[in-house]
Amino acid sequence: MLAVVGTVPDPSIPVLDGQATIEGDEIVVGGKRLRVGRGTTALLAAAIKVAILMDQPMPHAYLAGDIGTGEGSLRLYAYLTEKLPHGKFRAIAFHYILPDVDWHNKVLLALDAMEPRPLLLADAGWMYVAKMSGQAPSYDLFTPDAGELAFLADEKAPHPFYTRGFLLKEENRVPELIERAYRNEDASRCILVKGTRDFVATRHGIHATIDGPTVEAMEAIGGTGDTLSGMAAALVASGKDLLHAAQIAAEANRVAGVLTRATPATQIHEIIGNLPRALGEVLGSSR
Amino acid sequence: MRFWRKGKETKQKAPQHEGGMGKGILVFRSTTEVIRAERLLRAKGKEVRVMGPPPEIQTGCDMVIEYPLMSQLEILRILREAKLEPLEAVPVDSPLLAPVGLFHVKELGGYIMVRAANMKITVEKSTGMIVNVSGGGCPDVPYLAQELVGKTLKDAPQPLELGHTLCGYALQLAYEEAMRICSQ
Repeated sequence: MLAVVGTVPDPSIPVLDGQATIEGDEIVVGGKRLRVGRGTTALLAAAIKVAILMDQPMPHAYLAGDIGTGEGSLRLYAYLTEKLPHGKFRAIAFHYILPDVDWHNKVLLALDAMEPRPLLLADAGWMYVAKMSGQAPSYDLFTPDAGELAFLADEKAPHPFYTRGFLLKEENRVPELIERAYRNEDASRCILVKGTRDFVATRHGIHATIDGPTVEAMEAIGGTGDTLSGMAAALVASGKDLLHAAQIAAEANRVAGVLTRATPATQIHEIIGNLPRALGEVLGSSR
Repeated sequence: MRFWRKGKETKQKAPQHEGGMGKGILVFRSTTEVIRAERLLRAKGKEVRVMGPPPEIQTGCDMVIEYPLMSQLEILRILREAKLEPLEAVPVDSPLLAPVGLFHVKELGGYIMVRAANMKITVEKSTGMIVNVSGGGCPDVPYLAQELVGKTLKDAPQPLELGHTLCGYALQLAYEEAMRICSQ
């Protein structure tokens, strides 16, 4: 089973701990209804769509409301340190959170107590704090975009906001930045770099590149990275090999953009509706 | 890669410090306080800027305010009066990490997408309508997207009015650049 950890933009939401389902454009966890928008709700929606398609259990969600003050994030970190050692998950996807190095490291200790230890995927704020704490190699999959890859490759930057300009210059340096991130021990076991061309890589080099179909508007649409991470996480939880799961998710996300006829003004819930068909097409062609 | 070939880069000017004297940093409890203090001090004409904290005090999503030491007394007075006193005000002699100063602008048909660091804002050129906010990873990003998308640049709240994190700050920079481009 997959677990998803992240924050949602409503400060009135306490810590939610339960199975996540989807009803229309809403995620339901513990009786609370959360409108699907960019962020962790988009990741969860994509993961649920994959679980339904592949006849897998619904993901388990650990969520807290936070609009950036960090209060919800701190509640969630503390909750996880108590609850995770008793959880049984094949994979955990960590997502939006206010980075806090000390609390991150406490959660990592709690994960070490899990038996068996789940596969760990991180994106967004959790990927930032994993890198800034020096613990990136403890994770199995990061899903950065080109700007976030430059941050991973910059051994001095504690947050993408401080990435040095010479690393941000050109997107066609992705293979070089991947190599640099691994050399500094600032990357996970496998990495999926999303962009005009997607790269699936490990410390041994580029495993796959995905450059079609191309939907240029996808970069502008908030949440397309979240759906990509959500699909990859759900595929890993279903038993797919990590590298293969990353590649399938990248392809399916692109196909969903085509099916939606996405423009820069498209909203993420429109794309989520097309994920099952897109994933079905990609899985069908890869069999 | 296409994004960079087609895109245009612009560079933010670094502020010049008063008198070329030594510099200090103001350390606050939270990024929210840093953002409020910076806005207040700039409104009072003080030449301050947000910078990355020295490695020994980095805890996560944080920043400090760099200021000219010769203005220390006045700056602390302004902050005290606003009940925004910093935890510390200390001199620094080693270079601090600077926020991203490069913007990348990409034309997408009738839209422009402006990126600052990890944050992107996309605006319809003919109306100035914010149609999407993408990138980022701190918890205020989905909240900011919720509050900004569907409003024009002119009518939308500025990201720093609602944001609390470095991602929120980066979105403010992208917003300002989009505003500058659209007003040309």
